[in-house]
Amino acid sequence: MSDHNYHADHSGTEVEPAQTKTIWKVFYILAAVTTLEFIIAFAIGAGTLKTAIFVGLTVVKAFYIVGEFMHLKHEVKSLIWAILLPCMFVVWLLIALLMEGDSIFQLR
Amino acid sequence: MATTVTTGSTTTFDKKTWMGGVEPMNASYGKLMMWFFLISDTFTFSALLVTYGLIRFSFPAYDPAIHGAFQFSNLYWPIPEKVYNAVPFLHGIDAPLVFVGLMTFVLIFSSVTMVLAVEAGHRMDRADVEKYMLWTILGGFAFLGCQAWEWSHFIHGTEQGMQIKELVGGEWVTRTVFGANLTENQYGPAAFADLFFFITGFHGTHVFSGVILNILIFYRAATGLYQRRGHYEMVEKVGLYWHFVDLVWVFVFTFFYLV
Repeated sequence: MSDHNYHADHSGTEVEPAQTKTIWKVFYILAAVTTLEFIIAFAIGAGTLKTAIFVGLTVVKAFYIVGEFMHLKHEVKSLIWAILLPCMFVVWLLIALLMEGDSIFQLR
Repeated sequence: MATTVTTGSTTTFDKKTWMGGVEPMNASYGKLMMWFFLISDTFTFSALLVTYGLIRFSFPAYDPAIHGAFQFSNLYWPIPEKVYNAVPFLHGIDAPLVFVGLMTFVLIFSSVTMVLAVEAGHRMDRADVEKYMLWTILGGFAFLGCQAWEWSHFIHGTEQGMQIKELVGGEWVTRTVFGANLTENQYGPAAFADLFFFITGFHGTHVFSGVILNILIFYRAATGLYQRRGHYEMVEKVGLYWHFVDLVWVFVFTFFYLV
């Protein structure tokens, strides 16, 4: 990505062919995962298993969107960690407050 | 590598050059700042979704063994597929989650056309950038239209509504609630509709500003500004924002509509 050569005097008539193979591959993965989620929503009854599957599939989709579409997978390591590390603390906050919510439910 | 290209007395703008001449994290200034803006926006959306989790966990879940057949009640949290089961032009037909599924596909597809526009920008292909930016803008408007319908349906509610009993002046009075507002709704506890309005509304606002930015980028690409500048990096930066909006929807879809 970083070693692209840009020419200001490019006329626009002699463009390279499009490299869209990966883009469409990611689209098919995202579409397939969404369809799978849709099926699971009706196939499995509510419970911890269902929630765990949904969270797992959401992380898969997030990985492909951030990694490929937003190109983070191909950035330098320090940038990847600068983005990932704060998000890990969010997961911590999420778990802590879900337990807090359950505790409020028990006390009511 | 990150140096300003100087030819004689004229200085050509090099997108990889920061003012100090060094390029932290091998990313241009604009891109890195967009990433840091997005991480801060992540915190805002996380706060909203974590709040949803906290409040939902503090309410009883629907249990067929205790509550019997499902009906809307403010005693427990509603099941999403019973709330979001309407599709435009198919009045009265129970089609759970079909419409939000469609909205998800619209947004994912507009993300794909955005990434195709970025790819076309790398090849300096102005015509392709314009074409894919237009598709992305169209996808954005389609999503906003869907959301407007979704909100309208949510606010107006179903024909049956929900019967509630309340104590008015020492007497129990039965009243039917239709649709939703910030103080009461026919689907469940008041907090359910509040969170719906706040979370999908905040996301919709992001989609709206994304569409505005996309239109601006389309206009500047179409008038040849980026061709003259020598690169299409602005398409990439706005693309990052647009993918982020799509990413947030993936999480909203899971935690609001599926779980």
